[in-house]
Amino acid sequence: MSPANLNESSDSDVGSLNFEETKLTLGLPGVECRGTAAESGGKSGVKRGFSNTIDLNLRSSSSGGDKRCGGENDVLGSAKPPAAKTQMVGWPPVRASRKNVMRSCKYVKVAVDGAPYLRKVDLEMYNSYQQLLGALEDMFSCFTIRNYLNERRIMDQVNGVEYVATYEDKDGDWMLVGDVPWKMFVEICKRLRLMKSSEAIGLEFILQEHLPRTQVQVEEEDICEGVTVAVQRLLVSFNLVPLV
Amino acid sequence: MRQDLVLEQMSEDDDRSQPSDLRSSSSSINKTRNCSGSISASGSSTSASSSSSASSIPLSIPVTEYQSPYPDQVLENVLENVLCFLTSRHDRNAASLVCKSWWRAEALTRSELFIGNCYAVSPVRAMGRFSRVRAVVLKGKPRFADFNLMPPDWGAHFTPWVSSMTRAYPWLEKVCLKRMSVSDNDLALLAKSFLGFKELMLVCCDGFGTSGLSFIASKCRQLRVLDLIESEVSDDEVDWISSFPEGESCLESLIFDCVECAINFEALEKLVARSPSLKKLRLNRYVSIVQLYRLMIRAPQLTHLGTGSFSPSEVMAQGDSEPDYVFAFATCKSLVCLSGFREITPDYLPAIYPVCANLTSLNFSYANITAEQLKPCHKKLPQTSNLLGLQAVAATCKELRELRVFPVEAQEDIEGPVSEVGLQAISEGCRKLQSILYFCQRMTNAAVIAMSENCPDLEVFRLCIMGRHRPDHVTGEPMDEGFGAIVRNCKKLTRLAVSGLLTDRAFSYIGKYGKLVRTLSVAFAGDSDMGLKYVLQGCPRLQKLEIRDSPFGDAALHSGLHHYYNMRFLWMSSCRLTPQGCQQIARAMPNLVVELIRYGSLENQEKLDDVETLYMYRSLEGPRDDVPEFVTILRADG
Repeated sequence: MSPANLNESSDSDVGSLNFEETKLTLGLPGVECRGTAAESGGKSGVKRGFSNTIDLNLRSSSSGGDKRCGGENDVLGSAKPPAAKTQMVGWPPVRASRKNVMRSCKYVKVAVDGAPYLRKVDLEMYNSYQQLLGALEDMFSCFTIRNYLNERRIMDQVNGVEYVATYEDKDGDWMLVGDVPWKMFVEICKRLRLMKSSEAIGLEFILQEHLPRTQVQVEEEDICEGVTVAVQRLLVSFNLVPLV
Repeated sequence: MRQDLVLEQMSEDDDRSQPSDLRSSSSSINKTRNCSGSISASGSSTSASSSSSASSIPLSIPVTEYQSPYPDQVLENVLENVLCFLTSRHDRNAASLVCKSWWRAEALTRSELFIGNCYAVSPVRAMGRFSRVRAVVLKGKPRFADFNLMPPDWGAHFTPWVSSMTRAYPWLEKVCLKRMSVSDNDLALLAKSFLGFKELMLVCCDGFGTSGLSFIASKCRQLRVLDLIESEVSDDEVDWISSFPEGESCLESLIFDCVECAINFEALEKLVARSPSLKKLRLNRYVSIVQLYRLMIRAPQLTHLGTGSFSPSEVMAQGDSEPDYVFAFATCKSLVCLSGFREITPDYLPAIYPVCANLTSLNFSYANITAEQLKPCHKKLPQTSNLLGLQAVAATCKELRELRVFPVEAQEDIEGPVSEVGLQAISEGCRKLQSILYFCQRMTNAAVIAMSENCPDLEVFRLCIMGRHRPDHVTGEPMDEGFGAIVRNCKKLTRLAVSGLLTDRAFSYIGKYGKLVRTLSVAFAGDSDMGLKYVLQGCPRLQKLEIRDSPFGDAALHSGLHHYYNMRFLWMSSCRLTPQGCQQIARAMPNLVVELIRYGSLENQEKLDDVETLYMYRSLEGPRDDVPEFVTILRADG
């Protein structure tokens, strides 16, 4: 009944865990297990019993009774990390107040050229550039996002002035929003500025230049990835002909 | 500082655990020595032969009555005058065991009453013995309640205590509660009953709201300390800050960083302005950095500052010049403790540089910043706690005594940045470390062994490898040897929390070497009953034992019978206990309260042949009378 056999397992890598079969919820402890494993109830008799981190390689359902009811041993597959692993109640032992805060927030100031006020946004609230720009559009409600194929431009429809979203990274450089993967962006962004396109001429050129190359039938995110990589490289060299 | 002393005591355990009441209340009165002869003050003794030893306090006297020519009162007065210098409750407990006279004198001179488990003794009994108390420290729920392992409304109500105190202690000045359920009515009663009330500290408490705080603020005219630490405060939409009376206040400490609702900033600013003695101020996250600035320049004498959000408010005018935050920090020359940073906008961080060199405590655990951003701070910090960038910490914080590293995302399956590398670095750089709480995703025995060898002053070692049953990720072995080294090499170790893949061997080490361990926390560990047996039989100082999800059963439980009266409590949840096994314990130990806590509905009760949670503790009062329906107390005669 011991987890001693765990010694043989590989280092309990993320990839080996998949609790999707267990159907446990985050409710109060002791919620009835609705799993299918034969060994639940009775013998091991532990309702909120041991979690089973037995590596999927072990497979066999007879490997100790120390499983949470549920057939996680049945689940195999790639080593891809599970999307949402079932969490045990009260584990890790971190107080609720701290857990709430740990949702972490990444506040940055947003300035818009010509607008009289700054706003503050929590980058952690968004999962993609699209969401962020949508939120900015709401905040500075005179703007709409122009939907080019993969545009990052923001248009003030009233004045006909175009804005480009830029950000200051941790090195103090001003970059075009969208040039790095989203998660990296959240980490390195210190503040945002919606810059008038006329001021961002060099950056805008880059966008225009690459439009033709990105007209392919792929997900927008992938387009952005392709563009961002390219933009990164381009920004390094400055011998570019300005856009007519 | 008084407060710090109490907070220390909050986590300390009783060294001398035997409740003296257990002895004297039984039929042992005949055997008690009576140093001072007859009880009455008049002193009826006239025998000449006994006068010689009256000048010294007779300690080694025969059991028979001793007649002294001097009035007992003199002796008792001497005792009282000496005993009032004893502040440590452990020393006082020892003194009270000497003889009846000392017991009485000690009882009359004890001014701080510490109750480690509010159910171990009744208010009436405690207050009957100690009649001149000015400060009460009360602890309620066991620690695992913090992690949702206990249903709400389990108990630990403050109400019976405060009611008794209003009668017994009209001159009460200070109350500290930890993990108690406190209602607004309790606070109202407290506020109006004690004219000289000075200090209220509520740590990990719940059940009250801003209306309760308002009573305290408005009625306690002598209030010096109002500390709300990690408590849950409900938002009754009462402006409690405005409830503080006008005129100069004697506030020295105002801590409300855990309060999750907005406060009236104008009122707070005025309050700070009229509190010249204010030394500790910890703001909640609803205070913006601009507001913080305004407070800081009004209170340059602050020593402890919780910075609130450390972020601008949602909307701010562009073009407005921002206040000079560096200036504000530079003005607060006495700052030694910094915390908060709840919603930090990183570009404000440099503002704290002026005070870094003097900081002894730094809490960044609520801040979402990277190690990169913290680098410039490190060089200036003599001691820190709760920092990221562990290698930098190790390199610069040579005086570090306490470190706590929390997970940014408290989930198991996320690969995090904290590992054995950080622990190893800390152990090499911070040789004076006394206390460490370290959450990580993976660990190695080597790093833990290194810490045991490099940090001999360790008293508290709490390692939480968040993945359950994780072995040493390099060798694949259990973490037995690492923890074994900790108990073997750290001779001052009193508190230990273990994690990762552990076999019974780890527990054999703890039982063999952990002779000073008072608090032990176990989760998802061990192979068999032997594990728990090792600990119960090997650790004579064990006071608080909390275990979850480990394969220990009735036999193991039974092996601790000799020790349970010496402990404050034992918690075992999701282990292998049966109601019958627990019943045996209850039968064998009548002064133990054996609670079985269940979570399912009542109908399922019969179907369970296992125990979900056992919580047992010694008590002079027998089963409590405020038991909720999900708790069953096993009777000795059951």
